[in-house]
Amino acid sequence: MADEAPFQLLHYELLQYIYKAADGGDAEQGRNVTKLESMGFRVGQGLLERLTKDTARFKDELDVMKFICKDFWTCVFKKQIDNLRTNHQGIYVLQDNAFRLLAQLSAGKQYLELSPKYLAFTCGLVRGALCGLGVKSIVTAEVSVMPACKFQVMIQKM
Amino acid sequence: MSRQSNRTTDSKKMNSELFTLTYGALVTQLCKDYENDEEVNKQLDKMGYNIGVRLIEDFLARSNIGRCQDFRETADVIAKVAFKMYLGITPSVTNWSPAGDEFSLILENNPLVDFVELPDNHSTLIYSNLLCGVLRGALEMVQMAVDVRFVQDTLRGDNVTEIRMKFIKRIEENLPAGDE
Repeated sequence: MADEAPFQLLHYELLQYIYKAADGGDAEQGRNVTKLESMGFRVGQGLLERLTKDTARFKDELDVMKFICKDFWTCVFKKQIDNLRTNHQGIYVLQDNAFRLLAQLSAGKQYLELSPKYLAFTCGLVRGALCGLGVKSIVTAEVSVMPACKFQVMIQKM
Repeated sequence: MSRQSNRTTDSKKMNSELFTLTYGALVTQLCKDYENDEEVNKQLDKMGYNIGVRLIEDFLARSNIGRCQDFRETADVIAKVAFKMYLGITPSVTNWSPAGDEFSLILENNPLVDFVELPDNHSTLIYSNLLCGVLRGALEMVQMAVDVRFVQDTLRGDNVTEIRMKFIKRIEENLPAGDE
């Protein structure tokens, strides 16, 4: 079943819809990113619930992160995270060298300032999934050269 | 390690759930933004159209299907190839009009509504209206103008989901003047 294209197109329509009214200033931009992020959060939570239905309990935080990098990422983007790094103090950096949702944009630096809107939904997705696993976090993303992308996960200690 | 092994099998299903859930989030957002269901239906159709005009390219590239001889063949391709490919279901094609220009797609189960229940105050919402737009948009790109609408929907208490498609006309390609 080729379901990658529908998701990508739906995601694109989502962006178009959220951003259509917004040629406004930075405040408006921020609101849109928040909106997308919270939609992603919901989806991430739901998806995780389905995904972990029959899995064993996770050992620790790192185990959870590995799960996100492998299984969760494969489920959503058909590939694994290319590189996972951590400072062992609650910060994880997930690097995807060919992030699917940026694949349609021309590579390089030309459209760099547009990247937040293409990443917000996924940030939410990851935060939602982590939340479902009992890990409270803040997820941000940054791009230096498309289509590579880094997601930074900051674990919030409860 | 047992965790690894039992997941790979249903990863395909999971990905369609990603689509279902994302679609749900979108409809929720639309319901928040618009006052009435009519507007939401219209917006979903429009988004579907935009998806359809792009999706057809992916479809043609993947399926390797050539030109259809008649509308019946088109109907079969939509049901047996397109729906199968993108939603993993095969609706049945029935209720042909005598003139052969109108038919119904019967969806026994609609993956889009897997986790959905309509609240009472959204009785006129056509939840899966995106599909209509997708079909309309995709067919328009292969020179077919069609009218697509939902006539039955399991979400609203019907036994099956039925999409009615009516052929309107062939779209003639207008070459720019002087272009042979």
